Amino acid sequence: MHLLTPAETVALALSFKVSLVGVACSLPVAVGCAWLLARTRFFGKPVFEGLLLLPLILPPVVTGYVLLIVFGHHGAIGRLLDEAGLSIAFRWTGAALAAAVMAFPLLVVALRNAFESVDRKLENAAATLGAGAWRVFFGITLPLSARGLVAGLALAFARAFGEFGATITFVSSIPGQTRTLPIALYELISTPGGESGALRLTLVAVVIAVIASLIAALMLLRGGTREAEA
Amino acid sequence: MIELDLALQRGEFSLELALQSPARALALFGPSGCGKTSTLLAIAGLLCPRRGRIAIDGHALFDADGNVDLPPARRNLGVVFQDARLFPHLSVRDNLRYGMPHAVVKDAFDDVVQLLELSAFLKRKPGQLSGGQIRRVAIGRALLRQPQALLLDEPLANLHREARAEVLEHLRGLKRGFALSTILVSHQADEVIALADSVALIEDGRLAALESTEAFKSSSAGAGVLVAANACATG
Repeated sequence: MHLLTPAETVALALSFKVSLVGVACSLPVAVGCAWLLARTRFFGKPVFEGLLLLPLILPPVVTGYVLLIVFGHHGAIGRLLDEAGLSIAFRWTGAALAAAVMAFPLLVVALRNAFESVDRKLENAAATLGAGAWRVFFGITLPLSARGLVAGLALAFARAFGEFGATITFVSSIPGQTRTLPIALYELISTPGGESGALRLTLVAVVIAVIASLIAALMLLRGGTREAEA
Repeated sequence: MIELDLALQRGEFSLELALQSPARALALFGPSGCGKTSTLLAIAGLLCPRRGRIAIDGHALFDADGNVDLPPARRNLGVVFQDARLFPHLSVRDNLRYGMPHAVVKDAFDDVVQLLELSAFLKRKPGQLSGGQIRRVAIGRALLRQPQALLLDEPLANLHREARAEVLEHLRGLKRGFALSTILVSHQADEVIALADSVALIEDGRLAALESTEAFKSSSAGAGVLVAANACATG
C-alpha cells in the first residue's frame, strides 16, 4: 500500500528537487554576502543588509510578483532568457528561483553568525603562515563555520520546501512542473474530498520541518563567541 | 640585523619604539601592557604602525616612507603566538604542514618532528594535547614555514613547571640547531637569559635600554625579575 497518491508523490519529489536546487543556487551568493557582512566594513552596510533580508520581510506574493515582472516572459531578464531558450517562467526552474530567493536571507543570517563566531586570531595565524585570503577562507573560516553552515542549510531547505506565495505567484500551479507540495496541499484543501490527501501532505510537511529544525538546533547548540586580535 | 622604528596607537596606549640590534636573538622584555606584544604583532603585519620602518636582515617588511607594507602572508615570518593558535579542526600533522612551502622536503618535516618530539601525536587534534605539546606544535609549525625570522610571543607563558622546562629545553635546542633571527617577547627574565643574545627593555611603550643578555643578567632589573620569576615557578 502506498502512503501517497502518484500526484502527491510527484509534488513531494518536485518540492525536494526545487528546494535542493534553490538552496544550492543561493549558497554561493549567501556565503559571499555573509562574509562581507561578517568581515568587512563599508559605506551603506546597514542598507545592504536590509536589502538582503527583504525577502524575509516582504509578503511572499510581492516577492513572487517582482520575480514575475523581472523574470516573466515580458520581464527584462525573462525576455533574454526566453531568447536564449532558458525560460524559467512557469517551469520548475522558476519555482527553484523563488525557493532560492526566499531561502536566501536565512542562509545569510546563519552564515554571518557562523563566520562571526570563528576566532579571527586563527585566520591571522593562517595569514602569518603564508595563506592568502582564499586559502584562509576555505581552509580555516569555512570548516570552522561548518555547524552554522549546516544549520543554515537545514533552515533554508525547510523554508524553500515550505515556499508557497512567491512560487504560486511567479510560476503558478502546473502539475509536475511547478505544483510543489505546499501548492498541491492548497489545491487539495480547495477541492471537495481532498481532506485525506491534505492531511497526508500536512504530515509529510510537518515531519520534514521538524527534522530540519532539529538539525539546525543540534548544530547551533555548540556555538561560541570568539575574540578579535588583542 | 633587526631594525625597528615604529609608532603605534592602540586606544589610549601609545607605542614609540626605535632600535637596531645585530643580535640573532633579540628579546623584548618588560612588564605586561608595556607594548611588547603590540610590537610583535606589528612586525608580523597584524597591526599597522602609524609610521616607521621594520626590517629584518635588511629586508623591509614595513616602511612608511618607502610605501612598503607587506601583508602578513608575504612577510615570511614564523610566528609562535602566546595562545598557540593551532587550528582545532586539523590534526597535528596538518597543522605542522599548513605553512610549509611546497619545496620543503620530507626530511625537513621529519627533522622538526624529531627535534620537537612530535611523532607520537601527529594524528591527534590540538584538543587532545597538553599545554606543553600544544606549544611545541606551534613552534614546529612556525619553523616549517621556513621563515626568515622567528617571532616568539611569551612561548612559556601559562605552562606548568614541567611543561615550561620541556618547552624551554626544545627552544634551546632550536637556538643551537637553526641559524634564525629570533625576536622573543617575554616578561620572564630566566626565559630571556636562556634564549636571547640581546635584550630590549621596554617600559610604557618606550625603549628603556638595549643591552646584551650578560649585562641584563647582572643588572638589578633582570636579577630582580629573575628572583620573582623563580619564586613564581617554584611557588
